[in-house]
Amino acid sequence: MFNYFLRRLLYAVPVVFGVMLLTFVLFFMVQSPRMMAKRNLGPKATPQAVENWLHNRGYDKPLFFNTSPGKSWYDSLFFNHMRSLIMFDLGDSDSTGERVSTKFKKGAVPSLLITVPAFVLGLYLSLVTSLFLAFVRKSKLDVGGVIACVVLMSVPIMVYVIVGQWLIAVQLSWLPAFGFTPSGLTTAKFLMLPVLVYVCAGLGGDVRLFRAIFLEEVHQDYVRTAQAKGASHGRVLFVHVLKNGMIALITLVVASLPFLIMGSLVIENFFGIPGLGSLTLDATRTSDFAVMRASVYLGSLLYLFGLLLTDLCYASVDPRIRFK
Amino acid sequence: MSALQNILIFAGAAFVVIACGLFWRSERWQRARARFQGDRVGIISLLIVVFYGLVGLMDSVQLSAHGKEMSMIEYMFRNTPNERGYSAPYADTTYAVNRPEPLKGRHWFGTDVLGRDVLVQTLRACRTALIIGGLTSFIYIPLGTIFGIAAGYYKRWVDDVIQYVYSTLACVPGILLLIAIIMVLENVNIPLWNGDTIQIPRLVQMSLALGITSWVGLCRLIRGDTLRQVERPYVEAARALGQSNWNIITRHILPNVMHLVLINFVLGFSGLVMSEAILSYIGIGAPVGTASWGTMIDSARMELAREPAVWWNFTAAAGALFFLVLSLNLLGDSLRRAFDPRASGK
Repeated sequence: MFNYFLRRLLYAVPVVFGVMLLTFVLFFMVQSPRMMAKRNLGPKATPQAVENWLHNRGYDKPLFFNTSPGKSWYDSLFFNHMRSLIMFDLGDSDSTGERVSTKFKKGAVPSLLITVPAFVLGLYLSLVTSLFLAFVRKSKLDVGGVIACVVLMSVPIMVYVIVGQWLIAVQLSWLPAFGFTPSGLTTAKFLMLPVLVYVCAGLGGDVRLFRAIFLEEVHQDYVRTAQAKGASHGRVLFVHVLKNGMIALITLVVASLPFLIMGSLVIENFFGIPGLGSLTLDATRTSDFAVMRASVYLGSLLYLFGLLLTDLCYASVDPRIRFK
Repeated sequence: MSALQNILIFAGAAFVVIACGLFWRSERWQRARARFQGDRVGIISLLIVVFYGLVGLMDSVQLSAHGKEMSMIEYMFRNTPNERGYSAPYADTTYAVNRPEPLKGRHWFGTDVLGRDVLVQTLRACRTALIIGGLTSFIYIPLGTIFGIAAGYYKRWVDDVIQYVYSTLACVPGILLLIAIIMVLENVNIPLWNGDTIQIPRLVQMSLALGITSWVGLCRLIRGDTLRQVERPYVEAARALGQSNWNIITRHILPNVMHLVLINFVLGFSGLVMSEAILSYIGIGAPVGTASWGTMIDSARMELAREPAVWWNFTAAAGALFFLVLSLNLLGDSLRRAFDPRASGK
């Protein structure tokens, strides 16, 4: 198992390097640092101010190799960028000057507060619904359920957000419509609506996918065997099929776990929750390239971490995988 | 300008028709067509999609009438006057609590904050959505198909390189990559032959970003299927007959994976339309002055908070977006059923 883990970890190294390269190409080669400075300082900035901005951040160095006398050849944008990413030195925010890492630490908690309950609730609901649909397969209920899923999938997430807020918060005034306070029960009140919206928005797609996975299992031989030995319909479905279907589900579910930290951009932004999604969106508004760069990098690392977790779960559930 | 635009549009439409026509007579497609004809949901959703396409096309074709250039949609609604501000659907006064003013005309879907007819705006936003979807598909479908087939056919280092590129791209969360690419492209100036520089138009920025993020899925799909096709006897037979690699790929493998491209195109298109609306909604989408369902939904944040609520702008945009995405999803499912009845007929 440990060997397997090590092998998977080594596979991830070139991909991490690729992502670092991608951020470099995107943020330093496609646009010049000078453009970045101009965007940040506004069109009226003096050339001197631009030079200062570049110098303070070390962006006035050559792109790949430093050929000026007295400097080491690797004192360039490329090598500095790579080194800082490896050391997780994400620098200062371009708009507020705050450390990027502090910003991310602050934003992670509110994001997790929304996505974790939403994830658990959503997973539970979609598992139950999809198993039920698989139970009544080929009936009118099943057809109706699948149609409902497609309809739910086709509603844009903004519509869930806006209708949810308008109906539950404004018209019925059950829950507050907007905002976030990090203190006990009040927080829960603020969080309920975003969580609900998050669950609704993902339900259709998940149920359809899970149902397809379970239906795949229903036609396996072991199901016939279980039925032949007299296991009840429900037992076959909820014990045999669920267990085996979980193997396929784990890949999907575990890989999505790290994204919980990133939160949902649209939902956080709309409900005024100061999480990582809002942070990223604010970065686009204030042309904060440092934050954007960091979130692309961290997002990818999280995803790779999720893949690694998936591999591990997969290998522990299905030992054959390890020897491939 | 308008002549060029018209020619481009018809060239694009003709390309799509020819591309479909090329595969029309292959046996797999004929069987699929026969199955599709019995699928009522599929046909209805195809009709709805075609209707949206026609509306988008009508807004793209420029005419010159009454001394100025206007699109066919503008021409059809040339008698619809502009009001001073909001008015409810089919009302005869403006929407104001204190002093409602009489309107100049009737508006089926009401008017928005600038007094523009919501129906016209909704119809015109169709074009924006279709341009994004179409342009992005032009970018990502060739990319995904070519790389996918190359990886699956040549294997070895070609496969390694392509897999490396797409697994790197795939591990950046999609929406973050989209936002980052658009944010960077905003700053890029392209030098022209006469020394000037131009910015990349916003819609092209969006299409580029969406194209870069969406070819990965298609590439993975095509690669997997090509790997399976290469093992089939027909490829071996073609090889034994001394066919060149190029001939095997274009004459034998491509027609056999093309239905996957079509299904991916239809389902992907619904995703692209949705992405356009989401990007416009979070403020990095369609530029100011371009009608877009996303911007219309965005403005509803304020409008629904008013008392009484201004609901018609939101409803029209959300409804139009919903029906397009829904029918694309249903059409994609029907096509999948038609091409591969075994996989989904359980």
